[in-house]
Amino acid sequence: MQQAIAPATKTTHFDVERVRAYFPILSREVNGCPLVYLDNGATAQKPRQVIETVDRYYRDQNANIHRGVHHLSQRATSAYEAARETVAAWINAPASHQVLFNRGTTDGINLVASSWGRTNLRPGDEVIVSTMEHHSNIVPWQMICEEREAKLRVIPVSDKGELDMAAYADLLGERTRLVAVTHVSNTLGTVNPVREIIDQAHAAGARVLLDGAQALPHMRIDVQALGADFYAFSGHKLFGPTGVGILYGREELLDAMPPYQGGGDMIERVTFEKTTYNTLPHKFEAGTPNIVGGIGLAAAVDYVAALDQEALAAHEQDLLHYATGALESIPGLGIVGTAARKASVISFNIAGQHPFDVGTLLDQQGVAVRTGHHCTQPLMDRYGIPGTVRASFAFYNNRADVDALVDATRRAVDMLS
Amino acid sequence: MNASVDAVQDAVIEEFGLFDQWMDKYEYLIDLGRKLPLIDPAYKDADHLVPGCQSQVWLHAEAEDGRVEFTADSDAVITKGIIALLIRVLSGQKAGDIAKADLYFIDRIGLKEHLSPTRSNGLVSMVNRMRNISAEYAAAT
Repeated sequence: MQQAIAPATKTTHFDVERVRAYFPILSREVNGCPLVYLDNGATAQKPRQVIETVDRYYRDQNANIHRGVHHLSQRATSAYEAARETVAAWINAPASHQVLFNRGTTDGINLVASSWGRTNLRPGDEVIVSTMEHHSNIVPWQMICEEREAKLRVIPVSDKGELDMAAYADLLGERTRLVAVTHVSNTLGTVNPVREIIDQAHAAGARVLLDGAQALPHMRIDVQALGADFYAFSGHKLFGPTGVGILYGREELLDAMPPYQGGGDMIERVTFEKTTYNTLPHKFEAGTPNIVGGIGLAAAVDYVAALDQEALAAHEQDLLHYATGALESIPGLGIVGTAARKASVISFNIAGQHPFDVGTLLDQQGVAVRTGHHCTQPLMDRYGIPGTVRASFAFYNNRADVDALVDATRRAVDMLS
Repeated sequence: MNASVDAVQDAVIEEFGLFDQWMDKYEYLIDLGRKLPLIDPAYKDADHLVPGCQSQVWLHAEAEDGRVEFTADSDAVITKGIIALLIRVLSGQKAGDIAKADLYFIDRIGLKEHLSPTRSNGLVSMVNRMRNISAEYAAAT
């Protein structure tokens, strides 16, 4: 279960200035202004510990893993497998072989859709997703549902950006095989009641995959307490390198699933007559992996784990509330996504203005936000908007960043209206 | 007689040289965007849509006497401002000149990022479509 998010009034001290000093990029300028980086939902910046780990790996340790008798290969293998242990411990996986390295959340979801979906979905079966899913948690299911003649059902989202749990309960049925929902919405910031979703799905005999891409950067996850069958997330949003991600899976499910891709490392014995497969996790890790990505991700986890989690959560909630109040004071500005439980993500639009125009003018002022549909087109259609401007905060953001966002937004509005 | 593509580009570059603040430049673009003659609503359909991830663009072309006239619109005003510049430079020019035009003014006035393929705001596709339409027309006449 994720750690409870502290209320905004919590007074635990989080030394954000000290934290910022570990992120070199935060001291650069963009378009002649100090960088105000509020696009953490797209990718997070990296602390020195990660940058140095990656640098050191290539300078001092680089070798291929799992196959060399030589010193460097053995060291690289140890470091990579230690990284798996680190991640497993951070999400409280029962065993590290249930933690599969891959390219990212999208890769993990595709693995489950392809491998689990192909062997478990029968014609007429149902997969449930929600309106607020990222395209990467929609399209893989559409593809496998089409192939297996299964049906995709969708949990609606309320005006505030919360899942309609009554509709969800109605959707669950004896044909439901899997529920694939996001833990935290990348567009709205909504923190979904995933424990409830999982319990209800299990009661109906269905499996659950959680898209944790936007959750891990904001909260500590315990996959066992959640009871998730599959949990996918990305390294780069968790302050680690790009191109590496994690899929956690229940052991009995992973064991029963066929390999996703064939190649080196995933085999036990290859002959032209019959190939037998390696054990977990290697069965799902064909080819040379992103070795430095995995090791760098562990460095990121170590860094985050050393922070006071309670203070960090309180700091992010403070940013969320402070920014929400300040943005709402701008005439014509409407926040898209006002769920009771939110991570530090704010999508907004300004009446009569296209998000692209607002984002362009913010960029000119050194404020990095994301504009557009955020790969959630069904959600944009639900609200009848072409997109939003999204400011997504990480723990290294501070109130000065919020002030810069608000000032820059006011200026953009002045110019556009 | 129209000024050549390059003569118009040079005039635009000179105009933008007056701005030393990003705000002035963007205010000018927003202003141009607002003034851009709207495309005939009949042409704001799927056939005339140049899809973009961030903002959408509609483009209509009419060719006569070897020259191509463009009208266009976008749902984002800054995109419209840039469209206005592109139309000023290219519309009414000889089809062959449009097809092979080197649009150096975009870079020189500091708007290069708007026409980078990664921006995916429909502008790159729009320029390509302007060129293709002109090249086809030039080849047919």
